Amino acid sequence: MKSEFPILQQDINGHPLVYLDNGATTQKPRSVIEAVKRYYEWDNANVHRGVHTLGSRATDAYEGAREKVARFLNAPASRQIIFTRGTTTALNLVASGYARQTLREGDEIVITPMEHHSNLIPWQQAAKATGATLKYIPLQPNGTVTLEDVEAAVTERTKIVAITYVSNVLGTINPISEIAKIAHRKGAIIVVDGAQSTPHMKVDVQALDVDFYAFSGHKMCAPTGIGALYGKAQLLERMEPIEFGGEMIDFVELHDSTWKELPWKFEGGTPIIAGAVGLGAAIDFLEQVGLDNIEAHEHKLVRYAMDRLSSIDGVTIYGPPADQRAGLVTFNLGDVHPHDVATVLDTEGIAVRAGHHCCQPLMRWLKVSATARASFYLYNTEQDIDRLAESLVKTKEFFGYESIG
Amino acid sequence: MSQLDDLYRRVIMDHYKTPRNRGELEDGSVTVNLNNPTCGDRISLQLQLEDGVVRNVKFTGEGCSISMSSASMMTEAVMGKTSEEALALADKFSALMKGEDVQFEDYEDVEALSGVNKFPARIKCATLAWNALRKGVEHGSGKHEGIEQ
Repeated sequence: MKSEFPILQQDINGHPLVYLDNGATTQKPRSVIEAVKRYYEWDNANVHRGVHTLGSRATDAYEGAREKVARFLNAPASRQIIFTRGTTTALNLVASGYARQTLREGDEIVITPMEHHSNLIPWQQAAKATGATLKYIPLQPNGTVTLEDVEAAVTERTKIVAITYVSNVLGTINPISEIAKIAHRKGAIIVVDGAQSTPHMKVDVQALDVDFYAFSGHKMCAPTGIGALYGKAQLLERMEPIEFGGEMIDFVELHDSTWKELPWKFEGGTPIIAGAVGLGAAIDFLEQVGLDNIEAHEHKLVRYAMDRLSSIDGVTIYGPPADQRAGLVTFNLGDVHPHDVATVLDTEGIAVRAGHHCCQPLMRWLKVSATARASFYLYNTEQDIDRLAESLVKTKEFFGYESIG
Repeated sequence: MSQLDDLYRRVIMDHYKTPRNRGELEDGSVTVNLNNPTCGDRISLQLQLEDGVVRNVKFTGEGCSISMSSASMMTEAVMGKTSEEALALADKFSALMKGEDVQFEDYEDVEALSGVNKFPARIKCATLAWNALRKGVEHGSGKHEGIEQ
């Protein structure tokens, strides 16, 4: 599998690269790089306006990618797929185009403390702007939520439940389908941050019965700068565009204008066409491997990693047990600061993330200022995890951590 | 790990494990709070400036070995110096981070951080305390709070 990814063929600081920062972004297979290259070498033009051949080819490529995304998520129709810059932009689109338009004083938005800043701050801001209240579903000590707590948090006043499918820090997989049922029973809609789930497991937005679902392409082998928002048709119809300009208009008069229909009314300006083409190629690649196979592979890896890392004296792992989590392990090594851990690992050719992972409230909940995180993808192997574990032992020796603090 | 030995020399670990001038000043005239939002390192620096001289300096904070050892070294380097001398040392430290060959004659410990310039992602850890010092000295008196990007 690694041979499909040119970037993984290099040495870093004299060691073969072990890339374990897939929660941040993933590497790109040759087929995706080639698809983007081919687009620019053969098909590039602006979309939806050129009468010429290249204009048609570019439009077909762009809209073809939308069809692929719709099929990939099992959306009822491709017009329910809005291309965005990524998850952050998609969630902000819902917060600005839906929440701010519909929320009234006294309404509630319910989220969890495990949300990425991208699924927290847009709601914080929408609440401030409308007078709505932001409420949190409490976390269990192992970093999960219980349905009882969801039931208690979601009331008749709740209009929006916004939650991540998979936590980028804890790895927790939230029971989205059950939470959606609770939200709907109380008359709320559910918005799901799919940044960490979409790349790693089969997602069916109709089976989950979610109202909005956002994800990023770059975390699933596609280029950066492309992602999508899925929404239920009647909600998207009601939503107002938040970006105005080219591409999204129907008729423009001197003092008024009308918008195109879905999905284009939300796609002002020339879109990231090559990014969409790359996303389409990434979906082809992932489907060829099989999402179920990817999920099983990562599950095996995370179990192995938790076994290996927990056997190292001084390692603290955060989050639920392996059978309740996705393919990532967040940890600390004694009193060694995670930045120091990441720097030592880097000298061994191993890339991990260190910091607050855009989850400052969650860091406070964990009572740490920062953590290190190893996150896996389809090209990682048990040997990669062996290298990580061996290097962590070296790191510990280097810092003589027992004598710190 | 020979590259690392350059970075984490004994002296850095010594300052990390036994920080100098850690704590709070009761009569500090200037307080500067800075953090690195990308990594969570933070420092609160207190200076007692009198007649243009750094009479006393203390810091609290949390962060990696680089940021905390650098803070410890900085306090020792600028203690008793005039504001001009302290700012000149901050300039010198910036030069050190760019890989320039500079000497800290009065306080050589600081030179142990020269290896940080080989790790671009860590330079902002090392400069956090010095940026706080610069802000504190430049503002001279009164409270100042700032966010370091």
